[in-house]
Amino acid sequence: MSSVRSKAKEQKQKHTISVLANHNLNALCRIVGIFSGRGFDIDSISFGTGERPGVARITLTTQGDEHIVEQITKQLHKVIDVIKVKDLTYDPYIERELAIIKVTTTPASRSEIMQITQVFRAKIIDLSQDNLSVEVTGNKDKIDAAIEMLRPFGIKEVARTGSVALKREFNGTI
Amino acid sequence: MSNTTQTQQAKKKHDIPSGKRSPAPAEGLSGSEILLRTLVDLDVDTIFGYPGGAVLPIYDTLYKNTDLNHILIRHEQAGTHAADGYARATGKPGVVLVTSGPGGTNTVTGIATAAMDSIPLVVFTGQVPTNLIGNDAFQEADIVGITRPITKHNYLVKDVNQLEHVIREAFHIAVNGRPGPVLIDLPKDMINAKGSYTGHKSVSIPSYNPVTQGHQAQITKAAELLSNAEKPLIYVGGGVMLGEAWEELTAMAERLNIPVTTTLMGLGCFPESKPQSLGMLGMHGTWTANMATTECDVLLAVGARFDDRVTGRLDGFSPYSRKIHIDIDPSCISKNVHVEVPIVGDVKQVLPQLDKATQKPNTDKWWATIRKWQKEHPLRISHKEGVIKPQEMIKAISKATNGNAIVATDVGQHQMWAAQHYTFNHPRSQITSGGLGTMGYGFPAAMGAAFGVKDRPVVAIVGDGGFQMTSCELATAVQYKLPLKIAIMNNGCLGMVRQWQELFFENRYSHSILSASNPDFVKLAESYGAVGLRATTPDEMHEVLQKAMDINDRPVVMDFVVEAEENCYPMVPTGAALYEMVEGDD
Ligand SMILES: Cc1cc2nc3c(=O)[nH]c(=O)nc-3n(C[C@H](O)[C@H](O)[C@H](O)COP(=O)(O)OP(=O)(O)OC[C@H]3O[C@@H](n4cnc5c(N)ncnc54)[C@H](O)[C@@H]3O)c2cc1C
Ligand SMILES: Cc1ncc(C[n+]2csc(CCOP(=O)(O)OP(=O)(O)O)c2C)c(N)n1
Repeated sequence: MSSVRSKAKEQKQKHTISVLANHNLNALCRIVGIFSGRGFDIDSISFGTGERPGVARITLTTQGDEHIVEQITKQLHKVIDVIKVKDLTYDPYIERELAIIKVTTTPASRSEIMQITQVFRAKIIDLSQDNLSVEVTGNKDKIDAAIEMLRPFGIKEVARTGSVALKREFNGTI
Repeated sequence: MSNTTQTQQAKKKHDIPSGKRSPAPAEGLSGSEILLRTLVDLDVDTIFGYPGGAVLPIYDTLYKNTDLNHILIRHEQAGTHAADGYARATGKPGVVLVTSGPGGTNTVTGIATAAMDSIPLVVFTGQVPTNLIGNDAFQEADIVGITRPITKHNYLVKDVNQLEHVIREAFHIAVNGRPGPVLIDLPKDMINAKGSYTGHKSVSIPSYNPVTQGHQAQITKAAELLSNAEKPLIYVGGGVMLGEAWEELTAMAERLNIPVTTTLMGLGCFPESKPQSLGMLGMHGTWTANMATTECDVLLAVGARFDDRVTGRLDGFSPYSRKIHIDIDPSCISKNVHVEVPIVGDVKQVLPQLDKATQKPNTDKWWATIRKWQKEHPLRISHKEGVIKPQEMIKAISKATNGNAIVATDVGQHQMWAAQHYTFNHPRSQITSGGLGTMGYGFPAAMGAAFGVKDRPVVAIVGDGGFQMTSCELATAVQYKLPLKIAIMNNGCLGMVRQWQELFFENRYSHSILSASNPDFVKLAESYGAVGLRATTPDEMHEVLQKAMDINDRPVVMDFVVEAEENCYPMVPTGAALYEMVEGDD
């Protein structure tokens, strides 16, 4: 029966959507409004100037089955200021997020934290008597993992950029 | 004539005629002056508006302008509905001008109504001066923010030299692709600042290029399905009206002899007197239309959006058919119902292509089934001596106007009876709030239609409840001597609500009875200087209609006192499938 959707398509999955839009606030508000107004989820959103001046690249990550994500991309397309929408999920893509994690330190814990930092190829970018800030870059899972490893020491604050992503051109592994 | 030239000609409606209404380029003009010049150049002739502090400079410029017909409405919501009615009747975008703050917020219901039905509007709102925005200044409201979800696009003008271009873009966006309302917020300093008017007509928006041409491979697939169908059905929606493709549709359905059902928004796109017409489908659709939708093997949806009032319970909607869907908005395709052959494009272009590629299917057996349904399950009208039955009231109006009127309705039982019993044979003749279901819409929308179309009678069919939401517009209709006929289906209650309370809430008529506090509608009309007439029996009804049709210098309000407890059938209860419709007990 045609009005029933197939089971495979109902699987909820993470999607990374890349949007090019005119760089103005009305465009950003309209894009966010599609999610709030139509009951779609946003896990993260990042907004910044892309390769052309006046044009923003917005990277959105969201959850949903195929049908929902298809609606999301179609609705994004309808925003007059939106130039291009691409669901990167189905092709190889590169994705990065940056987080700054501020951890409480004691003289005893400091070196252990530094070791963890090295494992994640993260950088220490701020240091005081009882705090230390780590900058970590990677995909969402890596950042989640870094945060979890540092949590036992006492996390004071976390700031995350949300994912930025582009289609991958090189098909081997780097 | 080839199809392409035909479509090019049809597309011309949105182009701006050049000639004597093209104002000359000039510098050092005020924002108001630029605004009015651009409107004239865009072939706007009528604006619905209401003045206030933030737009007084525009009104001052209007005072000296003779190229634009400004209609002073009495409430901005009604004014927006009037512009919407004007747009639906003429095919041209409706234009609204209001002040900042409350002027803007009053347009919100009107804008949302237009957005849901894809009606092109351009709404101008005044705004506090740029340097005061964000200060909670007097009559400040963030109207761009408020209307973002209900407009196709909106603008805050920040540079007077961009004003002309913004207006041209706004009109372009309102009418092209899937039409819709666009709002332009004009800070007072932009209205007063000096800038230039260039007269440059071209608009190109790189990020906005709706697909109009159908994909050939998809059209071939669709044609194959249709040519081989045994039980095909065409399901026509408002997109055929918006895309002005009624001739293409009628030609195709007649040639292929395929039955046609229309949504509420598509009524009039296929003449209901033709043998292929099955009437409306959906919640209050005809038995035949709903059964044909259920039983068909190929369903061709043309500019229709599978609304829940049409489909009923989704898993029971047209379960045996393969579906073809022509729509200009990709987001409407497979949104509610999966379709096998989507065709993104403009109906006006796609239909002739599809028609050409399709061979006449053999539908004799299908027609026999359909004729049997029609015979066994016609729309029923119970008759009661000396009492006006609502359905008979609609039939009488249909007859008195020879089916040639533009009929605007409000929302409720009368709306559904009008859809069922008025014989719509012409496009742009049925004007109603379908998507938002806005009470208070019908009368002002009829008014707007009457401003746009002078050579056809315009009738507003309204309930006694909804009419009172915008009855202040009687003043406008009288001021401009509109020959409008307003037919109140007076059942003394919020009929549609009462019906649901009777059927689903065991007759508990909670806050739905109006009779004790209704005004005397005849006196109300007379107090405005309109004609008021009342009928309580079928004989009086015919007399009143006769009289009303002969009055052409002012509006006539007809108070038809009808059977109060009549229910509107057939009806598909919420949550039921189309084939589970109930036909009622009378
Ligand atoms: C009390 C009440 C009861 C109702 N009961 C019913 C009922 O029984 N039956 C019924 O049908 N409705 C009913 N409605 C109306 C219903 O709510 C919807 O408004 C209506 O069904 C939608 O009509 P549509 O599908 O034709 O879409 P519209 O809202 O008219 O949308 C038009 C579609 O065409 C597309 N389109 C626009 N321009 C073009 C173009 N140029 N080319 C191609 N596509 C284009 C658009 O993208 C859109 O998908 C009722 C409403 C009320 C208030
Ligand atoms: C602005 C608004 N408020 C409430 C409703 C809900 N509603 C739908 S139909 C209806 C009753 C309409 O009564 P009336 O105008 O008398 O028309 P009738 O149904 O009696 O023909 C109501 C209250 C609505 N559609 N619009």
